[in-house]
Amino acid sequence: MILGIDVGGTHTDAVLIENFQLKKKVKVQTDNANIMSSLLAAVQEIALDGYINNIKRIVLSTTISTNAIVSGKTDRVGMVLQNGPGLSPQELNSGKDFFFVSGYINHRGLSMQTVNEGEIKDIGEYLRQENIQAIGVAGKFSCRNPQQELSIAEILQDEQRNISLGHRLSGALNFPRRVATTYLNAAVHNIYKGFVRQVQQFIRETQMNVPVYILKADGGTILIDESLLYSAQTIHSGPAASIMGVLATADIKEDAVALDIGGTTTDISVFAAGIPLLEASGVTIGGRKTLIRGLYTKSIGIGGDSAVRIKNGIITVGPDREGPAASLDGALPTPTDAMIVLDMTTLGDKQKAIAAISSLATQLHIDTVSAAQSILDKTVAIIADNVGKMIEAINNKPVYTIHELLEGKTIRPRSVYVVGGPAAAIAPGLASLLGYPYIIPEHSEVANAIGAALARTTAEVTVLADTEKRELIISEEGIMEKIPHNFSSQQAIEAGKEALRARAIKMGANLNDLEMEVTEAQEFNMIRDFCTTGKNIRTKIQIKPGLISLREARNQ
Amino acid sequence: MTRKEKKTGLIFFPAFDWAISETHPEREERLLYTQDQVFEEGLLDLENIVEFKPGMATYDDINRCHICVPDAQSLTTPSHLISAGGAITAAQKVLQGEVDNAFALVRPPGHHAMLVAHGARGFCNINIEAVMVEYIRKNFGIKKIAIVDTDCHHGDGTQDIYWNDPDVLCISLHQDGRTLYPGTGFIEDFGGPNALGATINIPLPPRTSDDGFLYVLDHVIRPVLDEFQPEIIINSAGQDNHYSDPITDMCFSAQGYALLNEKLAPHIAVLEGGYSIERALPYVNVGIILAMAGLDYSYVREPDYDPDKIRQSLQISKFIENEAREIIKMWKNRNIMKEQIVGSAAYVRRVKNIYYDTDGISEKQTETVRVCNDCGGLVMIDSAADTGRKIFAVILPNRCCPECRRNGEMFFERVNGGQYSNVYLQDREKDIFIAK
Repeated sequence: MILGIDVGGTHTDAVLIENFQLKKKVKVQTDNANIMSSLLAAVQEIALDGYINNIKRIVLSTTISTNAIVSGKTDRVGMVLQNGPGLSPQELNSGKDFFFVSGYINHRGLSMQTVNEGEIKDIGEYLRQENIQAIGVAGKFSCRNPQQELSIAEILQDEQRNISLGHRLSGALNFPRRVATTYLNAAVHNIYKGFVRQVQQFIRETQMNVPVYILKADGGTILIDESLLYSAQTIHSGPAASIMGVLATADIKEDAVALDIGGTTTDISVFAAGIPLLEASGVTIGGRKTLIRGLYTKSIGIGGDSAVRIKNGIITVGPDREGPAASLDGALPTPTDAMIVLDMTTLGDKQKAIAAISSLATQLHIDTVSAAQSILDKTVAIIADNVGKMIEAINNKPVYTIHELLEGKTIRPRSVYVVGGPAAAIAPGLASLLGYPYIIPEHSEVANAIGAALARTTAEVTVLADTEKRELIISEEGIMEKIPHNFSSQQAIEAGKEALRARAIKMGANLNDLEMEVTEAQEFNMIRDFCTTGKNIRTKIQIKPGLISLREARNQ
Repeated sequence: MTRKEKKTGLIFFPAFDWAISETHPEREERLLYTQDQVFEEGLLDLENIVEFKPGMATYDDINRCHICVPDAQSLTTPSHLISAGGAITAAQKVLQGEVDNAFALVRPPGHHAMLVAHGARGFCNINIEAVMVEYIRKNFGIKKIAIVDTDCHHGDGTQDIYWNDPDVLCISLHQDGRTLYPGTGFIEDFGGPNALGATINIPLPPRTSDDGFLYVLDHVIRPVLDEFQPEIIINSAGQDNHYSDPITDMCFSAQGYALLNEKLAPHIAVLEGGYSIERALPYVNVGIILAMAGLDYSYVREPDYDPDKIRQSLQISKFIENEAREIIKMWKNRNIMKEQIVGSAAYVRRVKNIYYDTDGISEKQTETVRVCNDCGGLVMIDSAADTGRKIFAVILPNRCCPECRRNGEMFFERVNGGQYSNVYLQDREKDIFIAK
């Protein structure tokens, strides 16, 4: 059996899954001030039936890092940055403990200027005086050659310090994002570590003695010990759990859209042939753009509690929320009140909902039911419009080869999966506007926990082989190896797969779930003075987000 | 320094699956390190930089500025249509007001492709700026356009297409034609009889550095632009003036390119040549993008940049100052030059021998222009290439006067088709293209 737990902002849900079947579900209130207590409450309730000894694996989705970042309760971080030539350092979202130091790597991964040891030691001294123990080191193009980041870390390393290195967190290019990712990873490390220690203690106390996994932003799982290296990757696991939940509760094989309609916002996500799409560059959190792999989701300001107003004789819905529905004594009418009037749902005091909607109806000189219908229609139209725009944006993403431009794959959704409180009221109208059918998956009220429980371990590696330099680099694993001049793309892919396999197993992947996919494979002849001097080979290989295999599920 | 941030569109199409040939400078790898640098700097995340997917140019778009022999389809591959389409996308985004300016960072280039095109020359099949200019004129009703070509090679194709067009000002600064392909672009080349001064060439001596480029910008290009008053400025942004370029001999830097771009402030920049793919392009392109977006580019430097080492000699500075004075003198006299050059002739003829280095084709061409005070003048071209093709083309200019139109239509109708493999009519005013 698998125990899946989703610690959400409002509720903490726990589910027990056996053989892909839901055995039990539990919902308790989340105490955001004490997330452990919510976890305990949920598990205790699950444990009542004596299933606890059958549990073979636990997967947690937690908001601990997200909350720390969004509420600004993170540690002070000393950042050592090699900006090199290019964009002005002032363009970086930097703070007072950010130090720009000499030394840098160029686009080929060649060292153009070396690290100045004295300079780094001085920074180390400052960090000691200020008692800063969380440190981030990020260099321009460090994913093309990690050597300078490693040298800086070596100079700064001592027992007290936790150092996050940019090249380990992602192999992708984008220095400002690398800086943000490294910063966040360092900033949440301590608080996240506290959470991990508590979970581990809890597991010891309950004598469950089973592997514990954490859900990452990309909808994949990672062993809790291993996750300490990548604290920031546990952000955004809520939306990720929701998307994996749709995947787990509905059998998606086609291009599709999934909507999670909440009180304040609606999260839209997209599936290509049943696989959830990833953010092109990385997730954005607390205004920082990062390289953290995350499932592609767009949050729009419309939900059951959105404020409904009349502006210039026209009904507007959202994007803000002024409080709960009028039926629950909220200040303004909401789509939920409209649904109550239309007998699509029950919540709070129906008379209060009717009163709120009818006051709008009077202003519009229409009857109350028509006003309620207009509000619902407007809500549906806004969501449909955003879905359309999102698909269009995905299909218009720039590509860089003639082949891709001419043969470009496009997403054509064939169904819309709708979860969340107002799903049943909204889905039919939405489907008719979008022109494809809707599906409301089963158990959608605990879909996030189910998604967490059944998600597989994901990982990615970025391989760069430069046969002129005779060097192979796999940034995420810190691999730098000599290669022969006739090294081929196929060999690069093999080397990548080997590294990915090792990485995934370290993160907790099961052998049955190592479904690898080459997401990028490019090879360029390097010509200097009209002679071929080598090949520049670039490839990315991932274990894509998905569910654990049936065989794996049976073992659990 | 305080600058005003601008919203800049970027059309980036490195054509990673297209090359002229395996070891040719115009190959897959050309923009690889530029892409790396642009991505690593995170430029596409900046709020005021927006990336757009290139559209594809159509054969109609090409037929507005070229006479392709035998036709546009035979002369182009999808890569050319995307490259020109990228330039068109840049124009659309600017003229529809979605962005303040745009940079089409596309390949293959186009500025050596001439009005009549029998094949590829100087790595170019079709002139992507000219295709864009005609698209702009047709779709946005813009009359006066300036193209400033900062590629190291003379923009001879663009000059040829607009030689007789008084509404399109073509300024090319380039390494002296006596020392570099295509060997043309001297200050005496000043435009056709009805468009004197609408072509301006500024040949620069080898080893000219930032100072020289910026001097001619301040002392020739800006004053001429101020007087010509174009509605749109286009920069053919070749990057082979760089001190590290392997096929040229100039000393321009990334800082220089960025400053030139900032001062020129083009609405649209289109990449042309530039073959120092590791040492120059990543930095020059980042510099240009930042300059266009009004962002600080002072940190953009090549790793081996040393301004003292590449600074031009005093002799070069003197030469350039004199040349600038000479060109400005010609520009001021452009209206009285016509009489001296044309005299009482009704038609002016020039004979050109054109070599297509990329495709190894030789062409002999006679261009006849009707001297006209009311429009750019009827143009007729008789061209024979050693491919065996011999063609005749009648080109009616934009804002064509009735007299030129009457004559042109008559010539087109009466031409003895038997001696030509193809006869064409390009009516730029009515947007009609006929091949017979």
